[in-house]
Amino acid sequence: MLDLVIINGQAKGIIARNLVTGEIERFGAHAVVLATGGYGNTYFLSTNAMNSNGSAAMQAYRKGAFFANPCFAQIHPTCIPVHGDQQCKLTLMSESLRNDGRIWVPKKMEDVMKLRKHEIKASQIPEEDRDYYLERRYPAFGNLVPRDVASRAAKERCDAGYGVNETGLAVFLDFADAIKRLGHQRVEERYGNLFQMYEKITSSSPWEEPMMIYPAIHYTMGGLWVDYDLQTTIPGLYAIGEANFSDHGGNRLGASALMQGLADGYFILPYTIGDYLSHKFAEPKTDINAPEFAEAEKAVKERIAKIFAVKGTETVDSIHKKLGHIMWEYVGMARNEEGLKKGIEEIGKLREEFWKTVRVPGTNEEFNQELEKALRLVDFFDIGELMARDALNRKESCGGHFREEMQTEEGETKRDDENFMYVAAWEYKGEGVAPELHKEDLKYENIKIATRNYKD
Amino acid sequence: MEYNIKVWRQKNAKAKGHFETYHVTGVEEDASFLEMLDILNDQLIRKGIEPIAFDHDCREGICGACSLYIDGRAHGPDDQVTTCQLFMRHFKPGATITVEPWRSGAFPVIKDLVVDRGAFDKILQAGGFITVRTGAAQDANNILISHDDAELSMDAAACVGCGACVATCKNGSAMLFVAARVSSLALLPQGRPEAARRARAMVAKMDELGFGNCTNTRACEMECPKHVTIDHIARLNREYLKARFSE
Ligand SMILES: Cc1cc2nc3c(=O)[nH]c(=O)nc-3n(C[C@H](O)[C@H](O)[C@H](O)COP(=O)(O)OP(=O)(O)OC[C@H]3O[C@@H](n4cnc5c(N)ncnc54)[C@H](O)[C@@H]3O)c2cc1C
Ligand code: SF4
Ligand code: FES
Repeated sequence: MLDLVIINGQAKGIIARNLVTGEIERFGAHAVVLATGGYGNTYFLSTNAMNSNGSAAMQAYRKGAFFANPCFAQIHPTCIPVHGDQQCKLTLMSESLRNDGRIWVPKKMEDVMKLRKHEIKASQIPEEDRDYYLERRYPAFGNLVPRDVASRAAKERCDAGYGVNETGLAVFLDFADAIKRLGHQRVEERYGNLFQMYEKITSSSPWEEPMMIYPAIHYTMGGLWVDYDLQTTIPGLYAIGEANFSDHGGNRLGASALMQGLADGYFILPYTIGDYLSHKFAEPKTDINAPEFAEAEKAVKERIAKIFAVKGTETVDSIHKKLGHIMWEYVGMARNEEGLKKGIEEIGKLREEFWKTVRVPGTNEEFNQELEKALRLVDFFDIGELMARDALNRKESCGGHFREEMQTEEGETKRDDENFMYVAAWEYKGEGVAPELHKEDLKYENIKIATRNYKD
Repeated sequence: MEYNIKVWRQKNAKAKGHFETYHVTGVEEDASFLEMLDILNDQLIRKGIEPIAFDHDCREGICGACSLYIDGRAHGPDDQVTTCQLFMRHFKPGATITVEPWRSGAFPVIKDLVVDRGAFDKILQAGGFITVRTGAAQDANNILISHDDAELSMDAAACVGCGACVATCKNGSAMLFVAARVSSLALLPQGRPEAARRARAMVAKMDELGFGNCTNTRACEMECPKHVTIDHIARLNREYLKARFSE
């Protein structure tokens, strides 16, 4: 899907590109449901599938649907670390590993240095020289603290110089104790396939040496704003699953995304969309020859032609990789005002660079993966910028969003409920114009809001 | 590290294909096979050569998209992995590596290494869905399933629909795929009511789409990245026979 068609203020269809033939096709309907997933791939490296993208949501946003809480992205603590600059995808190791694995880095810098030079192995570092930092900082929850907390704690140790691989961006996840306590067989039953997968990828055996892990982008809580019927601010346009902003708020617990998929698609939408459609019975079938379709199709064709016309020297991936670096550096695990402003500026520059230097080979009228990627990247620029804007606006640390200016003395998150207890819903105001912020206040009637505490 | 990649190039479904050999440089030892292809494509584009089209999505062995035939084996030389989980450390530096698409009449080439595996979707559709309402948690707890059945069903459900079984089979049979799908549902009480009808419909669709017959060569089992075994084919045959008898 490359565009949304709106007739008389209502969503009436989409424009899509046939991936095999390149044909630009029109689809008319009485309502449109977007189930197009999240935008984690803005960061280039994430655990998301390669074809995941935020384009459909972005088209809807440009046509008037509000985009809510874009800054809330989840960073998963147990991914296999990046191994160089040729990687395109990060592999997630199941969270269940934290049930029995213990996370640590060395206490002594000299051990860190020896590890990096492969002079010693992790298993040779004596117990008293290991810093089980999650158990140290969060005695009550230990290695089972939520994802955002575990991720930030790993970053804190690595930023302090204790990262255990050559890049300095990895911590240990150790099963030696579990194997001692439970025996080989029980561990094999629980994690055998994961150990095997880890060994296939890294050629290191978790039975002998601890795994190495590092946080990576995994899920995006933000998305198209929807009401309780899952309808966006455009009548007739619905968004379900990771594509919308509902259910998770600023954070997300494990397994809740599939819960949301079921809830939205199975229990909610079938009951709510009927209400909308029941008012449409009298309306004739949407005419795909309407001028609105022609206009949208023309705009899509122009967008494609503009991309081919650049005829530069750089590949789409190499530019996307740069966007990923900007996002990870300035809109990543820890954010601050200066960095976010810089990030917005850098994204703007990179967008210009794209339109001057990108090279997309081939034509539209064929199976063309480079074109697909380029079309998505155009939207990732805008999503990245919107994320940074939202992060800049939210001067508090909340859920997956951590503002360095807003932390306790111990480096924990500090919310500002007085000023930020709202959903930030952004309205598109045109290209190059700042979007408008709408605030939906959060009112809690049945629960008392509190501060998270994993220490005691 | 450097490699010579001898790869199948075919502009579209109608065009005639041919092999082309390219030299790829600067590949890290820890790179995956698909990352190597990314690097090669980057180098090709910069030289003004059209990049090689190949299918992929999850890149962690769960979607089944990365269907490549490498040095004469589906998913390459490592065992029980999909192509995205194959690493360059399995190849000698400087080696010439031959990369082809799945070769099977039921999977026509779309471009280069990308084939249309839509036939699998059609078989799945023919299987239909389960009619039992899954109900709430307490209902699930009331229907007891033995540990062994649950494990067997999960083993079959591990099939990612990659098509390696078809590509490997000298008859181009899709029996292992169909067996995995029929088995995983037939082993659970929720899938029982339609088990016979499902087996019949899926086998009929498989035949209609031009997949070959199974002659028990077991080649499929050897190359399945998810270790689906031909025991499931035996189970499929049982369901199929039952369906024939009850007709
Ligand atoms: C590695 C990994 C492991 C996970 N494990 C778990 C877990 O154990 N438990 C859990 O609850 N959650 C898990 N999640 C999260 C969960 O899987 C996702 O949030 C969920 O699948 C999202 O579902 P969805 O249907 O909303 O979107 P998706 O599954 O992302 O589907 C979106 C679909 O839309 C298509 N699409 C996108 N844009 C367009 C367009 N413009 N035109 C046409 N089609 C388009 C995409 O190709 C895709 O098929 C995991 C995620 C990852 C990445
Ligand atoms: S049975 Fe195995 S080889 Fe065949 S499609 Fe499924 S996973 Fe692939
Ligand atoms: S890309 Fe999904 S299984 Fe290989």
